[in-house]
Amino acid sequence: MFNIVVYSLLSLVALCVLYPLVYVVSASFSDPQYIMGGEIWLWPKGMTIDSYASIFNNDAIVRGFLNTLLYTAAGTALNLVMTILAAYPLSRSDFAGRNLFMGLMVFTMFFGGGLIPTYLLIKNLHLLNTFWVMILPGAVSVWNIIIMRTYFQQSIPAEMQEAAVIDGCSNFQTLIRIVLPLSMPIIAVTVLYYAVGHWNAFFNALLYLSDRKQFPLQLILREILIQGQTDEMVRASTESAIKQQRAVEGIKYAVLVVANIPMFLLYPFLQRYFVKGIMVGAIKG
Amino acid sequence: MAMLQQEHASRKPLKSTAAISRFSNILRNWQLYVMISPVLAYYILFHYVPMYGIQIAFKDFRINKGIWDSPWVGLKHFDRFFNSYFFERLISNTIELGLYLIVIGFPIPIILALLLNEAKAERFKKFVQTITYAPHFLSTVVVVGMMMIFLNPRYGLVNQFISALGGDTVNFMANPSWFKTLYVLSDVWQTMGWSSIIYLAALGGIDTQLHEAARVDGASRIRRIWHINLPGIRPTIVILLILNLGSVMAIGFEKVLLMQNNLNLASSDIIDTYVYRSGILDANYSFSAAIGLFSAVINFLLLVVVNAVARRAGGTSLW
Repeated sequence: MFNIVVYSLLSLVALCVLYPLVYVVSASFSDPQYIMGGEIWLWPKGMTIDSYASIFNNDAIVRGFLNTLLYTAAGTALNLVMTILAAYPLSRSDFAGRNLFMGLMVFTMFFGGGLIPTYLLIKNLHLLNTFWVMILPGAVSVWNIIIMRTYFQQSIPAEMQEAAVIDGCSNFQTLIRIVLPLSMPIIAVTVLYYAVGHWNAFFNALLYLSDRKQFPLQLILREILIQGQTDEMVRASTESAIKQQRAVEGIKYAVLVVANIPMFLLYPFLQRYFVKGIMVGAIKG
Repeated sequence: MAMLQQEHASRKPLKSTAAISRFSNILRNWQLYVMISPVLAYYILFHYVPMYGIQIAFKDFRINKGIWDSPWVGLKHFDRFFNSYFFERLISNTIELGLYLIVIGFPIPIILALLLNEAKAERFKKFVQTITYAPHFLSTVVVVGMMMIFLNPRYGLVNQFISALGGDTVNFMANPSWFKTLYVLSDVWQTMGWSSIIYLAALGGIDTQLHEAARVDGASRIRRIWHINLPGIRPTIVILLILNLGSVMAIGFEKVLLMQNNLNLASSDIIDTYVYRSGILDANYSFSAAIGLFSAVINFLLLVVVNAVARRAGGTSLW
């Protein structure tokens, strides 16, 4: 009896989470007229890849996708370097001032200048509408520094580092030759954390970019999915408008799928490594 | 006396050798300081310089004059905010949404973790976990976008279902009374699986001997959940509750902004979205910075107070 309740509740939860996702994928492969007619419940109807074809012919979407790839790659690379540069010294017990530096960083998790002063700073630095504004303001996160520092402290024997120093390694050499090769798991976690963050980010772009050519995919998605909603209500219902409306409706589903393809491909890794990251973070959280 | 003097004399050089060795330690580790300097520069430039910019909340900021030379106006902007007709609306929307989110969103991951912990079929458990974790990786834009297409008054799945049952369609996104519920439910949908991980880990750390002993004594599974599992994860629950209560007013503002439109503004306008609209879109820099500062200070105090209460009451705290 107890088992029945447990398993049926869990199945219900899984179903509630899964259904919207499956529906989006099914709808993206369907003829939009069936979507609008409300004839799709689970499986695609009138199988077609027209919606996908129109995505690849849409300059804004393709450009957004490429922009996001660029921001994600460059941003994650910078994030990783900065995180290592902060985490390694902070992991060393003989690093005088570590508590002060850590305190300076942690304080920013609880208090900050806020939206407006930050915006004015970015403006004064002439970073508005530049590539750098997508990379620099979020160059490193305290949370990931803490996770990586904890890993360095707990998983890499201090004796090994001392031995390296005795053998004449400088601190830089110790980091690169001894510590980093032993830290691949945490580097993978960090890269995934940052990359997902960049891929999904939209707010900095909304604040700091006004040139559509620089927009990341998420802002294009916002135009199509969220703002488009209001436009379509005013559109007249002539023959061609209906046709256009159908195409728009199909694109919405297809673009949702395309935007999440990298996430879908990475999901097995994401699940495994992110859970690990939570555990390491929880120890010293 | 002589002994004391001797001791004093022998202490002094000791102290200075400590200082010397500390100094030589810093010298020896100079590379560590080189490493951390770009990160410190980042924090100073992008986090502490904006804190310096907070002063515009007490000034009439003019772009051509800059932050320093703009004239002081004292609490003018705060006065204007506290006496404005939208003050009450912003505060109550912010607090209501935050509390609603905690009341619904906080217990659900705990229940999910307890249920998952009871599912003994490993494959089934893995399957449910894999599915419920997935939405965590979707972006806010994607989640809100999905909500919009499912709730579309004409073509959306939900309204098609309603009209198939013979009901009247509802324009969910344009209706202020639906806004908070939609916000909370979509948040639960996206985060419940992910938030349950930490509780699952805590449940995994509970001593199995406790369960065996209880079983021998004839305790049912429900009783064991109540008397062993829940107390076992109590510290985790308290810490996360502190974090949640402390940030009750710091709601995921990006999502509110995305879900917001002119029609649901009565219920969806919170402090942060107002700061964005009036500051960035309307360029009322000083006024918005004042509102932002007000909210940041409240958030900070809230976290400190909640943490102090938790420490006194239960011996668990963040710091």
